[in-house]
Amino acid sequence: MPKKKKPAKHSGDDVTAAAPWSDQIGASLDTWWWLIHQRTTTTFLCISFFALLIRSAVSMFPYSGAGTPPKFGDFEAQRHWMEITTNLPMIDWYRNGTYNDLSYWGLDYPPLTAYQSYIHGIFLQMFNPESTSLLSSHGHESYLGKLVMRWTVLSSDMLIFFPAALFFVLVYHKTRVTSSTKSEVAWHIAMILLNPCLILIDHGHFQYNCISLGLTMGAIAAVLCESEVLTCVLFSLALSHKQMSAYFAPAFFSHLLGKCLRRKSPILAVLKLGIAVIVTFVIVWWPYLRSLDDFLMVLSRLAPFERGIYEDYVANFWCTTSILIKWKKLFTTQSLKSLSLAATVLASLPSMVQQILSPSNEGFLYGLLNSSMAFYLFSFQVHEKSILMPFLSATLLALKIPDHFNHLTYYALFSMFPLLCRDKLLLPYLTLSFLFVLIYHSPGIPKSKPSSFSFTNFPGYSFLLKTHFFISLVLHILYLTIQPPQKYPFLFEAMIMILCFSYFVMFAIHTNYTQWTLSSHLRSADKEKKQI
Amino acid sequence: MAHRKNNDRRLLLWFFAVFTTVKLLLIPSYRSTDFEVHRNWLAITNSLPLTQWYYDETSQWTLDYPPFFAYFERFLSTFASLIDPRIVDLESGLNYTSDSVIYFQRITVIVSDLSLLYGVYRLSRDLDSIKRNLIWVLVILSPGLLIVDHVHFQYNGFLLGLLLISISFLEQGRDLIGGFLFAVLLCFKHLFAVAAPVYFVYLLRHYCWSGLVTGFRRLLTIGAVVVAVFAVAYGPFVYYGQIEQVIKRMFPFGRGLCHAYWAPNFWVFYIILDKGLTFLLRKLGFDIQIPSASFTGGLVGDSSPFAVLPQITPLATFALVLLAITPCLLKAWQKPQPGLIARWIAYAYTCGFLFGWHVHEKASLHFTIPLAIVAVQSLEDAKHYFIVSIVSCYSLFPLLYEPQEYPIKVLLLLSHSMVTWLGFKAQHADNTSLKKNETGEIEIKSKFRIGCIEKSYLIGLVIVEIVSQFLHPYFLGDKFPFLPLMLISTYCALGIMYSWIWQLRRILT
Repeated sequence: MPKKKKPAKHSGDDVTAAAPWSDQIGASLDTWWWLIHQRTTTTFLCISFFALLIRSAVSMFPYSGAGTPPKFGDFEAQRHWMEITTNLPMIDWYRNGTYNDLSYWGLDYPPLTAYQSYIHGIFLQMFNPESTSLLSSHGHESYLGKLVMRWTVLSSDMLIFFPAALFFVLVYHKTRVTSSTKSEVAWHIAMILLNPCLILIDHGHFQYNCISLGLTMGAIAAVLCESEVLTCVLFSLALSHKQMSAYFAPAFFSHLLGKCLRRKSPILAVLKLGIAVIVTFVIVWWPYLRSLDDFLMVLSRLAPFERGIYEDYVANFWCTTSILIKWKKLFTTQSLKSLSLAATVLASLPSMVQQILSPSNEGFLYGLLNSSMAFYLFSFQVHEKSILMPFLSATLLALKIPDHFNHLTYYALFSMFPLLCRDKLLLPYLTLSFLFVLIYHSPGIPKSKPSSFSFTNFPGYSFLLKTHFFISLVLHILYLTIQPPQKYPFLFEAMIMILCFSYFVMFAIHTNYTQWTLSSHLRSADKEKKQI
Repeated sequence: MAHRKNNDRRLLLWFFAVFTTVKLLLIPSYRSTDFEVHRNWLAITNSLPLTQWYYDETSQWTLDYPPFFAYFERFLSTFASLIDPRIVDLESGLNYTSDSVIYFQRITVIVSDLSLLYGVYRLSRDLDSIKRNLIWVLVILSPGLLIVDHVHFQYNGFLLGLLLISISFLEQGRDLIGGFLFAVLLCFKHLFAVAAPVYFVYLLRHYCWSGLVTGFRRLLTIGAVVVAVFAVAYGPFVYYGQIEQVIKRMFPFGRGLCHAYWAPNFWVFYIILDKGLTFLLRKLGFDIQIPSASFTGGLVGDSSPFAVLPQITPLATFALVLLAITPCLLKAWQKPQPGLIARWIAYAYTCGFLFGWHVHEKASLHFTIPLAIVAVQSLEDAKHYFIVSIVSCYSLFPLLYEPQEYPIKVLLLLSHSMVTWLGFKAQHADNTSLKKNETGEIEIKSKFRIGCIEKSYLIGLVIVEIVSQFLHPYFLGDKFPFLPLMLISTYCALGIMYSWIWQLRRILT
């Protein structure tokens, strides 16, 4: 398919480029004007310098749990893992022991995170040995320690997320049905690299989402360029870095299955991919596969069911409805587990079925969005930060659904607002939101027409959006200025949660609907082609 | 047409807004002592009567800028006292570093950059789209300004904005307002006075040189304007009989020839030559005393810091600067063209930077920013600017010596040089040939190419950085801490010297 589309794209390019240069000078220049005469890679390089600059500026702000003993925050967790991995033998990393008290930020991510901590730990040790010394470094905070830790995130971003983004952009814009102009490509690159949520969580709050998301994005790009084995390897790596990558699993599974079923020998194709997955997993998990006990020990760390179905105020189904229905009191953890599993599967089923029936690149990207949103809304133990997964897939579709992407960014950021306020990241929150708005509305980017076949055209919808937006603005101000009443200390958090949840639900319904109508559109387009 | 203008204005605001977000994110970054200097000035001007401004010595950071800047600080301090009275407290405000003072002072710098925005807009509004866009990007996204103003802390953007507005009036032919603004600028920061001879000659020839009667009338007018500006600034101090003290504060010639960190100028070579000669002569058996005085400190009249070469006095540097500017003055006298004024002013500041007394490395901004306006005029200018902007930004690196800002300064320089390079490449696109690369993307060939010598110089810059940042600490540790700084200033001085010679040739031909 993509090969057929290629010539079309070229001719589209020729039209713009063949227009005499002076004509373009006469017209008003747009924002991306200088970035786009060279190759896409050059454009990418230029934007990525700026994106790195923003990241390193954000990393000067405080991290989560700075100066708040005894537990501190995610920064301390990551530092603690570096301490554990550099000082203890591999097998003890997940095991409770005298040197590794699992109740104090025990390692609860898969082995690839542990290896990453080990490598970063070595760096940290080189520059600042005190911050990785066993036990005595608990709660260690220093200028140099913070700096080196920040640099490890920056370098992971640079080495994994950025190349993956480049890979994706190159492949995506080559295989797109409607060819994109160079300004649009530049805009899309900026959207991916200057994604405010990811920057705030990774470089402000402190986490390494860029690694798992980068690997996932690489896997997505591999799907688009039809190298399924690479997809399996990269996605397995992403899964072994953060189990949360499983949010995307239904989409990958259904799309690949749908494709394999269309091969001459479906079983062989499935087998090939299965082997790729298993081999990758075996390699990554090798140290913990020697005995069943070890393996189960690691697994039990990854699924912290004892922490309950939700934590804090996350804008998902369970937490929001718990205002009315006390899930935690009504059901046991065991039954809640099955309940949430059932709900998640049910929610992601439509998009999976669509992909198995008619796998397509566009549909696959929607599938990613829908399945990750389904997980965010319905799965067990979801964190505010998990919005990054649906958000990433929406970013990849930004050119397709610009308006929805715009709103989603706003509400995704808003859903993390209380968290970021606690981390004292208010200024970067506001600044990056502003930067996003600026780049989103950069002069010269033609706004796509609203799609004709969706419920978003109803007048009620736009009214609903406006009221939503207005309430959210008021909530921003209220949250910052007014003390909540004594009786309900988390009143504003709850209101933010309800607001974001209702938007996410609308968004999910819309994208599911689009994914299904998409296939009918494509099919009719295919039919037309055949007739011609 | 109106629509287009509107659109372009929006684009300018867009650039400015994008860069404002970067500035906001830099609020928690490293602050030099200049931050406390300016805070102290807020306190002095707010809590003391005017008569004591130039006498107060509560803090070691005494007021040493001309009166307009003091009035400016007085103006800011009214807001500061509303936000947090401790900021403007002379005693308890000393070394105050709470969030309120940091945010307040940083935001005043960000807001005062609006003058730069207006200056750039005024200067570029009659140019064609590409040139206009380029100027906006070169000036507004200037990494040097960001490093000096928004990290290190100063108000250069505001002052350079005034300079640009003044130049824009001169280019329009409205000499009187241009001259007036320059006089105002001088009363804000006297370091800008280096370009005064150029202004003087240009205004005399272009504004006053038209017949005996009109000429004399105009001479009187502009003289009156300048005198009035200075009267407003210095009048109160003259009235109280303090003018001597004000002058003493503003021109601290007690300081050495070079600043604590050597600015990359001519004197670096002079010092090195002296050292080299001393070493050689001593090897040859001559008995040469190694002087105890240093280049950076030391009072005039003390023993010379030079062992072999003659001592340099402030007067000598003054004469040398004037001598260096002379060719440009002659040109301005022969044919005063409004189109060349930006070039001449930039040249004058280059001379001041190269040969001046106790020059700060930050002064390189005084010519890089005006040169940005010149850069869009021709291909040759673009090539020259590309080198000089990189060198001048790189020479500011030692200002931010803490590791936290290391990635920021490097990325600033990288993204600036990338955008400049891409912009010039697009401006000087070769319309006749469109090249398609192997992947089928369109690439536009450009006449903008960096020559071999320039390229190797830039690669040398990277090597200098690696040596001074990584190899030196690794092999020598804490020994010879001045060596990396010396290396950087010597190497950058080469680039600035090149720029000076290039500009001189350009002005003469």
